[in-house]
Order: sequence, then structure tokens, then C-alpha cells
Amino acid sequence: MAAKVVTVTSGKGGVGKTTATANLAAALAADGDKVVCVDTDIGLRNLDVVLGLENRIVYDLVDVIEGRCRLRQAMIRDKRLPELHLIPAAQTRDKSAVSPSDMVRLCDELRSECDWILIDSPAGIERGFRNAVAPADVVIVITNPEVSAVRDADRIIGLVEAEEKGPARLVINRLRPEMVKRGDMLGIDDILELLAVDLIGVIPEDENVVTSTNRGMPISLDGKTKAGQAFRNIARRLKGEEVPFLNLEEQGGFLGRLARMIRPGGD
Amino acid sequence: MQPKVQIKGIREGLLVTLGDGEWPDIRAAFLEHIAQQGDFLRGGKLAVDVGNHALNAVELGGLRDVLSERGLSLWAVLANSPKTVQTAQALGLATRLSKPIPERAQKLPETRLYDGEGAVLVKRTLRSGYSLEHPGHVVVIGDVNPGAEIVAGGDVVVWGHLRGVVHAGAEGDEHAVVCALDLSPTQLRIAGQIALSPQRRGKTQPEVAKLQNGQVIAEVWNPKDR
Repeated sequence: MAAKVVTVTSGKGGVGKTTATANLAAALAADGDKVVCVDTDIGLRNLDVVLGLENRIVYDLVDVIEGRCRLRQAMIRDKRLPELHLIPAAQTRDKSAVSPSDMVRLCDELRSECDWILIDSPAGIERGFRNAVAPADVVIVITNPEVSAVRDADRIIGLVEAEEKGPARLVINRLRPEMVKRGDMLGIDDILELLAVDLIGVIPEDENVVTSTNRGMPISLDGKTKAGQAFRNIARRLKGEEVPFLNLEEQGGFLGRLARMIRPGGD
Repeated sequence: MQPKVQIKGIREGLLVTLGDGEWPDIRAAFLEHIAQQGDFLRGGKLAVDVGNHALNAVELGGLRDVLSERGLSLWAVLANSPKTVQTAQALGLATRLSKPIPERAQKLPETRLYDGEGAVLVKRTLRSGYSLEHPGHVVVIGDVNPGAEIVAGGDVVVWGHLRGVVHAGAEGDEHAVVCALDLSPTQLRIAGQIALSPQRRGKTQPEVAKLQNGQVIAEVWNPKDR
């Protein structure tokens, strides 16, 4: 096995990096792939909470890097999916506890053991961001349909290009089709026109995400929700499958189309 | 040849001047020099003058990361090679100190820049955070996104959407113009005048902005007028 390293980043905070990382990881692991998530948001860790693994942490990323434990010991196995593992961030340190070359070494060590390494990046463009992006094979930039988030995504895409990491792939999170229709929210086309990168997924706004995040149960494991379906689609696109995008402009509306897609036994 | 590394204090922190030679040797000599200084330099702000070395993003980014592991922050890279300057700008590093060093002052064409000399052509999209400064004209084939900035001594032509901040005639040339296929900058300056884009109505069309009676005006590009 030679894992692919996927870094999820955004620039702006609160747009859904951690939620996306948790859900993509869960979707990939539910499909039978071996996945290791690495939380690089040292000092402000969240991924463990979103995955519901907070109470199992013994060792963390900084312990591995500073040699206080072996890599294996810091890998927490998920309680639902045996193929999903988490290396949590340290809460009591800061970003300077890890360097970009530490991350590259860590990922190189992990590569032989799994299919996917998903890295949850902190917000910002400083050390934490560079740590997260250094080992990446694929960078997923996540944004919300808001001018400020798109502006930051643009900056991040520029920095990723400068690091010669190849073209970033875009996820638009929390889209509200009815607001786009009324002209009150940036649409997919507006965002793509500005950012000019490949779109890999669109997640509709969904209350269930909040509930699932609070319960530590990734929504992509829930067969019925729209957001869960959207995350599963992104996971499939990451694996190289061609999955059609949900067309918002189509008549009958977004909900009807989604319902049609989900009802005949998922797709 | 013995690689040379010189460190001296300047107002903005430390200035490191690297000599000529093979880049890996120079880099090693530089890092060794820093290691010898021990904790003395820790926490310092570094400007590095790389001379004639042409460095790509991996080399420059790697240097920045290695330095940051040693507690040093690299904030500026001075270089003679345009490639290195571009790389440094792309990585968000400054490419000149606040006061240009006299001996490294760029040799610019002395002529007035009306004959197409001294223009740069940028064939890519300028994203947020990117700043392009050039004493002559600037031509961009691509978009200039919000948060990006162009400062030109002469004219600015954008074959794409111009949505960032643009300053033409930055050294006082009141005849400078800004043209774009979609002229909707966050802010547009010509010489000493500043203008904001009005809300766009209708479809976008190529426009030219220039100074008329001390006011910035934008008009639709109409080939029949010319």
C-alpha cells in the first residue's frame, strides 16, 4: 500500500475543515479503505471531538514527533470503523512544536500502512498551514459561499500553487440553493469563476451536520442526509470515480433531485 | 571556491549576504554559520541576499522552513535573478528592504516608457495576497482577483477580470491608463488620484480608465473612436 496524503485547508476558520476531514475519512473507511487522520491544529484540536474519540487519547502528534511514543501508539482506532485511525493534535502546545519536515517524515512512515492519510489543517497561512501542506499529494481547499471565505480560499490556492503542490481541489460547503436562487448568496458558478480551480464537491447546508458533529458521529455514515451523500460523493471522486454533481439549476429543485437519487437504494 | 556567508545587523533585523557558487554548498555553509551562532540568533528576523542564485519554490520554501525550525523567520529575499524574485513573491516574502540598498538598485530603462519598453507580461491569475510592483507597464493575461495588487509606473492592461487594487502611473505619470476586459477593481489609482468602482449594471465590456481634468474616468472601449 502507498497512501495518498490529502490535506484539507481553507485559510478562514470555521468553514468546515474539520467536519470535512472527519466525514471524508469516515466515508473512505466505510468503503473498506484504511485511513489515518492527522489533526495538525496543535493547541486547538477538534478532530477528535468530531470523530467522538476525545476520551481515548493517550498520546498525540507531538509525542510521536518528540519521540515519547511510537507512531502506532498514537493511532487511535475508531469505535465504529476498524479501518479508521486518528492521530490527535496536542492541546497543550502550539504550532511551533511541529515543523514541515517532521510532517513529511511522519507521513512517509505512515504511507506503507494505509490507503489514505487525511490531514486536518488549522486556519491561517502560517506555520500550522505549512505543516499541514508540506506532505500533501492532494490539497483540498474548502470554502463557504461567502465573500470573505472565498477571498481567503483564493489566497490559500495561491500559496498552494507557490509551494508547487499541484492544482488545489475545491469543496464548497454550506451552500443554500434557495438563497442562491433568490440572488442572496454566491452561487457555485460565481465562486468557480473567481477561483478557477477544479470543483470536487458541494455540500448543502444541513442542520444534521451540527447534530452529528456534536454527537461525534460523522454524517457521511448516515445514509439519509443530503450532506452525508455529498461527502460520500467527494470520497468517491477522490478515489477517481466519476460521480455526477447535484445540479441545482434543474427543474424540480435540488431537494427533489436529491430525494430521487437517494430513494432507489442510494446511488 | 570558498562559499561566503556574511551576516550584518540592519534596521529590520539581520541581513545575510550569500556568495556565488553551487546552491547546495552555499546553503550548507549558511546553515552551518547559523548553527555556530547557537542561540544568539534565535528569534531573529532574517533578510537573505541570494545574489545571482536562481531559486525555485522548493529550494526557497525549504530554506524558509529550515530556518523557521531553527527559530529564525525569513521575511525578505533579495535577488538579482527575476526567477528568484518571482518565487519569493509567490511565497509571500518581501523582495526588497524598506530602503533599497544602493548597490543593488535595479537598473531600469532610463527612457520614458511609452515605446513598449520595460513592460512585464504576467501570464497567470494573480490571486489574493499577490503583489506585483513594476516601474514600467504591466500586462496580465489572466484575472486579478480581489486582494491582489498591481503597482505600475506606467500603464496596466488586464486581459481578464480586474477585481483587485491597481495603481497605474504610480510615480506620478498622469497619462497612465488602466484597461481591462472587465474593469471592476476594488480600488483604482492613477498617479495621485483614487477611484472606487461603481456598482456594475448590465453586461461587462472592456473599459479604459484614465485621468481627465484630474478625475479618474472609465469609458467603454470603443474601437470606432480610435
